[in-house]
Amino acid sequence: MKDVLKALGNSILKTPLGLLITIKHLFKKPVTLDYPRKKKPMAPRYRGRHYLERYNDGTERCVCCGLCAASCPADAIYMEPEETEHGERRAKVYEINLLRCIFCGFCEEACPEEAIFLGQEYEFSDDNRDSFIWTKEQMLVPHPRKDNPFKKIIRRVRKVYGVTDKNR
Amino acid sequence: MSVEKTVTINMGPQHPSTHGVLRVLLELDGETVVKARPIVGYLHTGIEKTMESKLYYKALPCTDRMDYLAPMSNNLGYCLAVEKLMGIEVPDKVKWARVCLAELTRVNSHLVWLGTHALDLGAMSMLLYTFRERELILDIYEACGGQRMMTSYIRIGGLAHELPKDLDAKVRKMVKTIRERMHDYETLLNNNQIFINRTKGVAVISADDAINLSLTGPMLRGSGVKHDLRKDNPYSGYENFDFEVPVGKHGDAYDRFLLRLEEIRQSLRICEQAIDGMPEGPYRTHVPGVVLPLKEDVLYKMESLIFHFKLVTEGFKAPVGSVYQGIESPKGELGFYITGDGTNKPRRVRVRPPSFINLASLPKLCEGRMFSDVVCAIGSIDIVLGEVDR
Ligand code: SF4
Ligand code: SF4
Repeated sequence: MKDVLKALGNSILKTPLGLLITIKHLFKKPVTLDYPRKKKPMAPRYRGRHYLERYNDGTERCVCCGLCAASCPADAIYMEPEETEHGERRAKVYEINLLRCIFCGFCEEACPEEAIFLGQEYEFSDDNRDSFIWTKEQMLVPHPRKDNPFKKIIRRVRKVYGVTDKNR
Repeated sequence: MSVEKTVTINMGPQHPSTHGVLRVLLELDGETVVKARPIVGYLHTGIEKTMESKLYYKALPCTDRMDYLAPMSNNLGYCLAVEKLMGIEVPDKVKWARVCLAELTRVNSHLVWLGTHALDLGAMSMLLYTFRERELILDIYEACGGQRMMTSYIRIGGLAHELPKDLDAKVRKMVKTIRERMHDYETLLNNNQIFINRTKGVAVISADDAINLSLTGPMLRGSGVKHDLRKDNPYSGYENFDFEVPVGKHGDAYDRFLLRLEEIRQSLRICEQAIDGMPEGPYRTHVPGVVLPLKEDVLYKMESLIFHFKLVTEGFKAPVGSVYQGIESPKGELGFYITGDGTNKPRRVRVRPPSFINLASLPKLCEGRMFSDVVCAIGSIDIVLGEVDR
């Protein structure tokens, strides 16, 4: 009998309180975003698609040392070296298979030349698998850098790793 | 001719309330469950085996992917085990930060559990509210490690990066918001007659049975056994924190619900303490050849660069021997048993997954009860199939 009374009390007195909370939410500003039109800014450390960095004069930073491939838990990186006419080593082929990549950021951490870093883009979708194999040309930042984001990214990455010297 | 009195049916593997791909073979007599057998393996990824073929530091991202609702706990368990094997001590700041992150993870996991469990029982709006709060925690993860779910932030010997500058403010804001919203959850569910009818006295397990089935976490504490590795066998500096271990009385789904809500409160307390008392210091130990040197040193110092090269390409060699490290993950005792054989890869990494072992109690929870209680039982065990199957 006591249980029944309690249950009755709950249903009549307490349940409207719960309903009140739900009704209150009707008048609140929605917390969701209108996604494809509005995007959430990603955190500075966000690990999105890869970029290959250049020096200020436009030469590639990557020397094809293979550390990024060695540290990659998913074996997503493939590279072949070559020499430039000045005798400098660089990558002839540098490919990342974004379907294998797990975006762990180990390559960025391993690179001793600050050549590879993970950017903020996260929207990759396509209808064939081949287009997920990203080549050097696709990942290298454009040479005269007009776009601001490319200027900022290396500074951002340096901040994350606590590298102070700005002149490199 | 004899007539079969029972009917055997399959629940899952694509049933929405089995939280993934669990299959339960049920033998029913009318509406009563005569026999229930959980069948696992539909999400088998071979993570344990994969870890054997990877260098110690490269096996870390695998752990994120087991219990994907509690990535930091898994990272912590693995790193503590490897650190034990290698005999590495970490600075105080790392310990504090790890405690804070592990407790955030507990809140995260319990919030998702609360939302999905209530959803299974018909309370739709809970899911929307808890996911809204969880977003705050995922933002903190993203600010720390750069990813929202697969963080890989806790590393062998410390953390991946320095803690973000605004961690303090973010955690405080999160703690404040969730504390306020907990009142909403309680108003919505604690006295909701439908929720009470569907959870009180359902999926009961006695303390003896719980111990015999070696259940851990809220499943064990819900039956009144006060066992929590954070208190009983402290790791990562938990002995410095002031918190309580809540226990239930009846061992039913309703008690476990109350208990998990209380655990969220206690976790928020620990988070605050960790943020308040965060010591100064480096975010990584300095053990050349085992822990990556700082990036700045790699760029400017020859020796660091050599150690960096050697570590990245060859990893480090662990001594011969086995270690076991258990931690209190949101779902129970998560243990890593690692055997090193003197090479740079583990010989065996055995994970003691709390979800898997807790799932073994499913027959005890549902047999002899009504068919519709099976959903409540599965929900209140709190399983993540990624961890069950590994
Ligand atoms: S990206 Fe960096 S680590 Fe990878 S090959 Fe180039 S220089 Fe070496
Ligand atoms: S982010 Fe991780 S998985 Fe992807 S290429 Fe870099 S190291 Fe490999």
